[in-house]
Amino acid sequence: MKRYPWLSALESEAIEIMREGIAAAARPVMLYSIGKDSSVLLHLARKAFWPAPPPMPLLHVDTTWKFREMIAFRDRVAAEAGVKLIVHTNREGVDAGITPFTHGSACFTEAMKTVALRQALDGGGYDIVFVGARRDEEKSRAKERVFSLRSPTHQWDPKAQRPEPWNLYNTHLQTGESLRVSPLSNWTEADVWRYIAAEEIPIVPLYYAAARPVVKRDGLWIMVDDDRMPLEPGETPRMRRVRFRTLGCYPLTAAIESDAATLAAIIAETIATDHSEREGRLIDHDDEASMERKKREGYF
Amino acid sequence: MSPTLRFVLCGSVDDGKSTLLGRILQDTRQVFADEMERVAEDSRRYGTRGDAADLALLVDGLLDEREQGITIDVAYRAFETPRRRFIVADAPGHEQYTCNMATGASTAHLAVVMTDARKGILPQTARHTRIVAMLGVRHIVLAVNKMDLVDWDRDRFESIAAQYRAEVAGIGVTKVQAIPVSALTGDNLTRRGSASTWYDGPTLLEHLETVDAERPADRQPFRMPVQYVNRPNPDFRGYCGRVAAGTVSPGDQVLVSPAGTPAEVESIVVWGGERQQAARGDSVTLTLQPQVDVSRGDVIVAAGEPLEVADQFQARIVWMGDEPLTVGRPYRMKLHTQELGATVTRIRHRVGVSDGAELAAANLERNDLGVINLATTRPVPFAPFDESRALGGFILIDRATNATAGAGTITFPLMRAANLSWQAFDIDRAVRAQMKRQQARCLWLTGLSASGKSTVANLLERRLVTGGRHTYLLDGDNLRHGLNRDLGFTEADRVENIRRVAEVARLMVDAGLIVIASFISPFRSEREFARSLFEPGDFMEIFVDASVEVCARRDPKGLYARALNGEIRNFTGLSSPYERPENPDVHLDTEKLSPEQCVKLVIQQMEEVE
Repeated sequence: MKRYPWLSALESEAIEIMREGIAAAARPVMLYSIGKDSSVLLHLARKAFWPAPPPMPLLHVDTTWKFREMIAFRDRVAAEAGVKLIVHTNREGVDAGITPFTHGSACFTEAMKTVALRQALDGGGYDIVFVGARRDEEKSRAKERVFSLRSPTHQWDPKAQRPEPWNLYNTHLQTGESLRVSPLSNWTEADVWRYIAAEEIPIVPLYYAAARPVVKRDGLWIMVDDDRMPLEPGETPRMRRVRFRTLGCYPLTAAIESDAATLAAIIAETIATDHSEREGRLIDHDDEASMERKKREGYF
Repeated sequence: MSPTLRFVLCGSVDDGKSTLLGRILQDTRQVFADEMERVAEDSRRYGTRGDAADLALLVDGLLDEREQGITIDVAYRAFETPRRRFIVADAPGHEQYTCNMATGASTAHLAVVMTDARKGILPQTARHTRIVAMLGVRHIVLAVNKMDLVDWDRDRFESIAAQYRAEVAGIGVTKVQAIPVSALTGDNLTRRGSASTWYDGPTLLEHLETVDAERPADRQPFRMPVQYVNRPNPDFRGYCGRVAAGTVSPGDQVLVSPAGTPAEVESIVVWGGERQQAARGDSVTLTLQPQVDVSRGDVIVAAGEPLEVADQFQARIVWMGDEPLTVGRPYRMKLHTQELGATVTRIRHRVGVSDGAELAAANLERNDLGVINLATTRPVPFAPFDESRALGGFILIDRATNATAGAGTITFPLMRAANLSWQAFDIDRAVRAQMKRQQARCLWLTGLSASGKSTVANLLERRLVTGGRHTYLLDGDNLRHGLNRDLGFTEADRVENIRRVAEVARLMVDAGLIVIASFISPFRSEREFARSLFEPGDFMEIFVDASVEVCARRDPKGLYARALNGEIRNFTGLSSPYERPENPDVHLDTEKLSPEQCVKLVIQQMEEVE
């Protein structure tokens, strides 16, 4: 971390935030999406509470459309960290046959991510929910507090946020309310990559460039991860050197063409790029300000 | 110089804060192409620049903000240049969103205060400056914006800068750098403006890249508030926290505040190993030897450099609650990692936002600044805010709604006697009196029989108790039946009687009580003796004055009649002298004054001496 002296300050701040959350929590949980931010978050939790294992379970909302590599990685990493892994899927959604192809990205995300998350949080009765959100991800997150209050129905009220002076986090809750706690609030995408490199944190191989089967849709590279993906007439998967800047459900997360097969190359590419990481996420484009609306409804 | 500079952008509405930030981000190549496309799209819909990109829309991220064209809540944005990393908080300018501004300012090292060159220093400019100064910001950049609209008028710029410097004098800001800029054209933000050749200072970015705005941390003793006690197994007990000041190494001698328990740092535990030193800002886990009792909220400090401990403070506060701050209402207080009950015992004054005037106030409304006295439910370790942000800043939480109702900074403790560690201080009279929230003293009522001493004493005690004071009334009746049962009415016995009364009163004052002693005490010498037992100011001689004739006429117990009949010998005023006090602290003429008026005079005098 010598080259980027602020990384150790970001690490200390994130650890401080986690410890404040745990000190206040009756039922803590960490939302674990398997992505790079989740990997950093889990790594920080291991450091914050060492030599104890992280004192909160991981919660993964599985839409059943994650890349296969992600699921394998998830199970291995959770076991290694000595944490309990809770996997929740919206069974009603599965039974109703909701897929990203048949119902569109908005409807699919609502049922399999937003509703599923609410189900999991209600079921667990969690009061402190750690998330890997960063303020540089998009504009409404730039406005969010480190300890962000959610109503009993998991809604965020951007116009009534608690003031949050210094590092004095108010953790008092009424019945049913919860706090989303974001230790990575002040990190940027480049910080996350540099930290992963400095700390040698394992990440899903999909982040590294490799030849993968893809098709081009609406100008974006979509990876054909399994045979559930219906191909359009004339569409044949081609092998391309691609990688992912963010990971989600495979039909909803586009790859970028890249030769960056090492962390150094990824970092160089991240700093040089003139496109934001969310560009590859289809749900953000559904309508303007879609993230704020989703968050108001309880999306993370 | 710290590798990350955190700064807050503040100022009045429409001074161009969001536009300035958008411009800096764009000029330092922090904005992605797809973000700019989105801004261009938003600009056509909500923008205020016709078809040109409205850069404020880069940071005004909430739907309501874009629709209303204002900033409601603070937005944070991290960016870096080859020289430094920055976290900027873009704060709302509207008065109603002042507490969101305060949130952004609290973590800043520096504030960029914006002002419109056409309008100069507005009340909101002054309010924001006062709040950022209260929250600990010492360095300010005054960005005089929209200079293009006043033709880069040098005199205009310099008179605004001079006016601002005059207004901020004395509020704790140590450095003001004034820079003429145009957020719209970008002049003097990241590049020199061609129109302001007369300006030879740094551009805004140059200044931000090079300024050393953090408070010096050198030579501060070690302090670490304990956040969390880590006990994974019976053999390991680690104290987790972030170092607030100084450095720590294994082998260092420390104290656990407020208990004052000494221990030695055994190790600094980090993931997979140990380290040899930790410094301010580091999150660490310490183990101590021996394994003493430490809880969240305790502060581990360098031995020989104990932290002050107190339960009453004077503090500055910016109020954020929907309900006004009210004296006597119980709040929750969070100070470093300590949480406890707190009550505002007094609002000393409200601070006039534009001129800093001290205004009388019965309560503080949302967005008001004030100076208050605060009492906590137990003594806490702390440092004045000017010495340590981490140990002197606090929030008050409303018990009913859980809202964060105020952000405060401790100026100094009100109970000087309790300085240093709890362990180190003796429980003395001042401490006991302070616990009762009063000044302990002896009110000595002297006067003839039937002059009105008992009436005044009883009423006085009632008034004091109603006012929340702790009192005790000593009179002939309750002493002569016990302690002084062996004494008669000879001159010697009467002197001994008064000596014992005075000694008992002294013990009770030492216990922190307000003692009302009501005795004829006819001799000057015995009253002087009583006075000599007390600290100056703790003994008040109150002369309850009525002539012998009037007293004999009142004679409620029929004593004068019996004395005149010769049934009582040595009766003061008749057969024994009464030496009138020459300089009583209070003189009550009960022939003219009602008992109510007498009591009022006494209480007035008590308050004057306090």
